[in-house]
Amino acid sequence: MNRPLTWKEVPQGGWIEKPGNAVDYETGDWRSIKPVWIAENCIHCLRCWVFCPDASIMTEGGKMTGIDYKHCKGCGICANECPAKPKALEMVNESDSGDK
Amino acid sequence: MQERIALTGNEAMALAMKQINPDVVAAYPITPQTEIVQIFSDYVANGRVKTEFITVESEHSAMSATVGAASSGVRAMTATSSQGLALMWEVVYIAASNRLPIVMPVVNRALSGPINIHGDHSDTMGARDSGWIQIYSENTQEAYDNLIQAVRIAEHPDVLLPVMVMMDGFIISHAMENLFILSDQDVQKFVGEFKPHRPSLLDVDNPVTVGPLALYDYYMEFKRQQAEAMRGAKPVILEVAKEYAELTGRKYGLFDAYKLDDADLAIVVLSSTAGTARYVVDELREKGIKAGLLKLRVFRPFPYEELAQVLADRKAIAVMDRADSYSAFGGPLFTEVRSAMYDAKKRPPIVNYIYGLGGRDVNLDHIRKVYNDLVEIARTGEVTQLVNYLGVRE
Repeated sequence: MNRPLTWKEVPQGGWIEKPGNAVDYETGDWRSIKPVWIAENCIHCLRCWVFCPDASIMTEGGKMTGIDYKHCKGCGICANECPAKPKALEMVNESDSGDK
Repeated sequence: MQERIALTGNEAMALAMKQINPDVVAAYPITPQTEIVQIFSDYVANGRVKTEFITVESEHSAMSATVGAASSGVRAMTATSSQGLALMWEVVYIAASNRLPIVMPVVNRALSGPINIHGDHSDTMGARDSGWIQIYSENTQEAYDNLIQAVRIAEHPDVLLPVMVMMDGFIISHAMENLFILSDQDVQKFVGEFKPHRPSLLDVDNPVTVGPLALYDYYMEFKRQQAEAMRGAKPVILEVAKEYAELTGRKYGLFDAYKLDDADLAIVVLSSTAGTARYVVDELREKGIKAGLLKLRVFRPFPYEELAQVLADRKAIAVMDRADSYSAFGGPLFTEVRSAMYDAKKRPPIVNYIYGLGGRDVNLDHIRKVYNDLVEIARTGEVTQLVNYLGVRE
């Protein structure tokens, strides 16, 4: 969703006529802390994928490939659940992380 | 082909509902409900309609079930009155903002307290900002005709708003009058088959969400769009009335002006009191007093331009409200009519009479008094008492 819709464009009566459009709503900027994936520590158990209350753990062929920062709200559950030793997910302050 | 029969207002509304034959009617079947749904439930029990009749546990649930049914893409109706409408409140607004073409007869009755079951307009005047189209009926014939037209207005693609059709409690709802009725086939043909205007809740191939959240970033766009739908309703109401006149010979507009063209004195009033006022207008005309009457039919959308046009040349106007708004100013009809006159080419003096609360009778002498006051106001051009309570013990 780029440009916000005008009153002439919004669906009548607030009905959502296209299902599955939550992906258009970028919730990533709600974050104050963010998970950082350390690929070399990852054992690809996908517990983070199971526990993520959003759908922000990206996978391919049954393997963890990264984090969808456009939607990750920074709750920290993935890092908490990560069983790898040392952990493959760490929470860092957005303000400390330099980039986004 | 029309037939002339005698029915009470409740019977006429129930008959119109039967002839409309809605897919779903949800109602709470005890007081403050009216006889309308009781009579309609007989039609259901006797197999005279194909309607799914849902008896719910409260008026709040009646409107909720009607909203649910309408969202699923069928023609849905309910009926209410007084405290029943008050209990529906939350969902009444949702029906309008979800743009659901629900049609609901409302028998106008007072709100508590003190506890009172008789006729006044407090119930629907409270709902005037709910986003529903409001059509007021003078008598049994109008109640019947307005209900049938309401279906077409509500479901018109330029509108898609719920419509409440009013008649005065007891005075009309319980009084038997002659009226012309259409055949079931003619009503069916007039209202047409219900076609959902978009995918609805039970359309599994096109799943939708109804009633989601919209905060400060979108709420206002939806409300702006809703306001535009109400503006769009006015031409549709007139279009439907024209088509109905072709079928029945009975003409309806946004209001009915009686001997108003050359009138010096005018009363603006809703519903059954117009009948009483019309009698007094004739009486005064015989005495050479130029009295006229404006009976407003459509209160929402409020026809402010049309009203200003026909009222501007009067010398004095009285607006009669069968409800107070407790604004410490005047009744709801008064404040809106008076506001409409602000841009008129002339601004005649306008006074307010609040009358008939809780079913207090309004008789010919009351109306004569109002016209008498107008004679004096027209003569002096001065209003000494802006808001008056008619028929109250001082």
